[in-house]
Amino acid sequence: MNFALTVNGAIHDLAVEADTPLLWALREHLQLTGTKYGCGIAQCGACTIHLDGRPVRACVTPVSAAVGKQITTIEGLGTKDHPHPVQLAWTEVGVPQCGYCQSGQIMSAAALLAENPNPTDADIDAAMAGNLCRCGTYLRIRQGIKEAAILMANKSAPK
Amino acid sequence: MSAVPITRRHFLKVTAAAGGGMLIGFYIPDAEAASVQPQPWTALPQGAEINAWLAIDKDGNVTIRVPHTEMGQGALTSVSMMIAEELHVDWTRVRAVFADANRHLRNNNEYKTMFTAGSALVRRQHPHIMQAGASARERLKEAAARAWGVDRKEIHARQGTLSFGNFSGTYAQFATAAAAITLPEEPAIKMPAEWWLLGKPLHRLDVDVKSNGSATYAIDAQMPGMVYAAVKACPVPWGRLKRFDDSAIKSRPGILATIALKAMPGKTDNSDLQDAVAVVGDSWWRAKTALDQLPIEWDTGAAASVSTESQRVEAQRLLDQAGVVVTEGEGTLAAIAAGEKVITAEYDRPWETHARMEPINATVNVTPERVDVWSPTQDQSVALQLAADQAGRHPKDVYVHTVFLGGGFGGNGGGGTAVTRQATELSKKLQRPVKAIWSREEDIAQDKQRPPNVTRLAAVLGERGLPSAWFTRSVWFTQDGIERVGPATADYAISNMPYQVPNRRHERINAKTHIPVTTHRAPGTNQHGFMTECFVDEVALAGGWDPLDWRLEMTKGLADWQLVLKTLKEKAGFRTDLPKGQGMGVAIVEDHGSICAACATVRVSRAGELVVAKVVIVIDSGHVINPHNAAEQLEGGVAWELTHAWLGGLELREGRFVNTNFDSYPLLRMSQMPAVEVHFALSGGRKWGGIGEPAGPPVPPAVANAIWFATGKRIRSTPFKSHDLSWS
Repeated sequence: MNFALTVNGAIHDLAVEADTPLLWALREHLQLTGTKYGCGIAQCGACTIHLDGRPVRACVTPVSAAVGKQITTIEGLGTKDHPHPVQLAWTEVGVPQCGYCQSGQIMSAAALLAENPNPTDADIDAAMAGNLCRCGTYLRIRQGIKEAAILMANKSAPK
Repeated sequence: MSAVPITRRHFLKVTAAAGGGMLIGFYIPDAEAASVQPQPWTALPQGAEINAWLAIDKDGNVTIRVPHTEMGQGALTSVSMMIAEELHVDWTRVRAVFADANRHLRNNNEYKTMFTAGSALVRRQHPHIMQAGASARERLKEAAARAWGVDRKEIHARQGTLSFGNFSGTYAQFATAAAAITLPEEPAIKMPAEWWLLGKPLHRLDVDVKSNGSATYAIDAQMPGMVYAAVKACPVPWGRLKRFDDSAIKSRPGILATIALKAMPGKTDNSDLQDAVAVVGDSWWRAKTALDQLPIEWDTGAAASVSTESQRVEAQRLLDQAGVVVTEGEGTLAAIAAGEKVITAEYDRPWETHARMEPINATVNVTPERVDVWSPTQDQSVALQLAADQAGRHPKDVYVHTVFLGGGFGGNGGGGTAVTRQATELSKKLQRPVKAIWSREEDIAQDKQRPPNVTRLAAVLGERGLPSAWFTRSVWFTQDGIERVGPATADYAISNMPYQVPNRRHERINAKTHIPVTTHRAPGTNQHGFMTECFVDEVALAGGWDPLDWRLEMTKGLADWQLVLKTLKEKAGFRTDLPKGQGMGVAIVEDHGSICAACATVRVSRAGELVVAKVVIVIDSGHVINPHNAAEQLEGGVAWELTHAWLGGLELREGRFVNTNFDSYPLLRMSQMPAVEVHFALSGGRKWGGIGEPAGPPVPPAVANAIWFATGKRIRSTPFKSHDLSWS
């Protein structure tokens, strides 16, 4: 079957089975490899993307469920010249170690801050509960989210 | 995307990048370039190469070639810092790239080693890495000296500029001349007191690419015409393939082939092929779902009767026998037999798996001209040899493309796993590029695991309540009973524990298992550190001692241990009088040349719910070249062993692991991560200890000891989650 997917603002026509997970459509058909495979059962969050701004696990989201929706991947979150505040905060704090889970971490963090610009530690724990990091960068992730919240607050403050 | 606010610090960073000063990039040869360049490194447009490690372009930008795997431990940054220190260049002018394994091979191991393991990169390899930078600096000075007609000793080399009196020139000007110079004598490396760059808390060079999705891992490799393979080996390791029936999956869309992979008789190394079935398709999802539907019959053999319970019984049988003596303290056994107050205990740790976030995979293209390999490995030069052997080709025709590794933790040591051979074999058969990916389930089932250990400990209490004899006997499960890690490493935390007990004896027993085993971030020390340091608390408390004071008393005269323990005492505020339900615990373990202590603070509810609130880490690694990166590694080490001690453990049943994915092998999550405070207590001098591994081992015993103070319950096995911690 053919599916029209809107990914990072561009429309792509894909001939795949309806139950193909978005993860593999993105990685293998569109070569958007920033979204990672970690578990395939929505347990690790390495494949987190945004569907209409909400974080979803691409490994269990079929392409059929994404038609007509805005799909955003790590490649489309910011640009080289204008990184997303979460990405800026990540480089400022120096969050990643091996980095494999970080696309998913960043997508979950960006979705959290879009909804809750000033999250508490408990809010962060809840929003990030689905994202595993084997290197153990959790403390830096928390610090990065708080740093990003400050960056975003500065941006929206009246000049 | 809307514009980013420009605060002062961001303004500085952004303008630096826009002005071209921050040239941090990665040369990762893509498939196209690799397939036309017989020697990829010679095509790099990075200016004059002064030696294999570095090149300087006409603008003074320095490209540093890093032969080691970057798996999150900071190899790109650490190697670059060590060379930039000696070369003396502006750090913002440095860019790191991965060195070429084929060049290493052709030029007679030009980088000495590409092996990345054992917390050894800085600890063991700083002399030859720094020497490469020092040599380049002296050759630049020599080139300028010849041009100016002065003695090399008179020339200063600082921040990319050479100078003498009124003479001045850039490194770039003299780079080509320097490349042709051979020094009569190679310079010595700097002493730590002379460092200007090392020791500073610098950010890692790979943070940007790992924050925007552009960092490339082996699993991201792309080649024109590439097909995908899903692979399944016998769930009981080393079982034989009897038959499969692909009639049901042949007609599924995109399925190209179903191929049997066979073990070679007598080849039972960790990287050797086991019997397996590969389904190849035009997408990995199609291949994987087809493989899930494929009926396969295995001959699992006698190993199918092995379970966690049968191994427990086997361990008990062996523990009643004498083992191989590792540490001999004459009179220990007699002292135990005659002791009036003898404390005994038995501890055990279960199987654990690596669970790197990047599942095991490899992409290989075997062509008549050359073989190209992308493999997640901690040693590219070994992956190269494996691919050459499997393809039946000369190693010089094999090109391993180094990319980022999505976690190593010892599991990719020794060049990785059978996946490199699997992908090579499939590409050879299909005559096209093949990407083989192990599903998470396959990754856990077929990983080379961390072995379980069961240990009996006994101590005799003597004068002042201190031990006068200390006896341990330990059973390790290893593949075919063959030593994999080596007793010097595996038993280190017991056989070399620092405590000054008059009579000490340690015995070791190797038990046979069909499960392949390998190193696992702080191998052996994880298991024995837990056992020793929990038992220390048992002995100290039985003798009426404060556990931290006991450790200080028992390491008297050992300056480095005293330094770490005194720093812990000063920083952590360890106390034993907290209200019930709260507790602090301490532990100290030496691993990979560093002494590392931990103080854990826990809360346990009446219902038995555990919260690990805080861990204070104090480490003596002798020196630290980048405190920022070191602190991150130590935090990661805490998470690593807390995961296994609290939540981990694989269970064997019918010869295979019951745990299949992160739902049945949970890892530590954000909400469970304790606050971590890191302190360096550096003894300096000639000591160079590791950083990547040593923070893990003291954490489980510190937490278990804290649980005892909180609940009165002594934990002698992991995971903690399997214990009832409730109290009233």
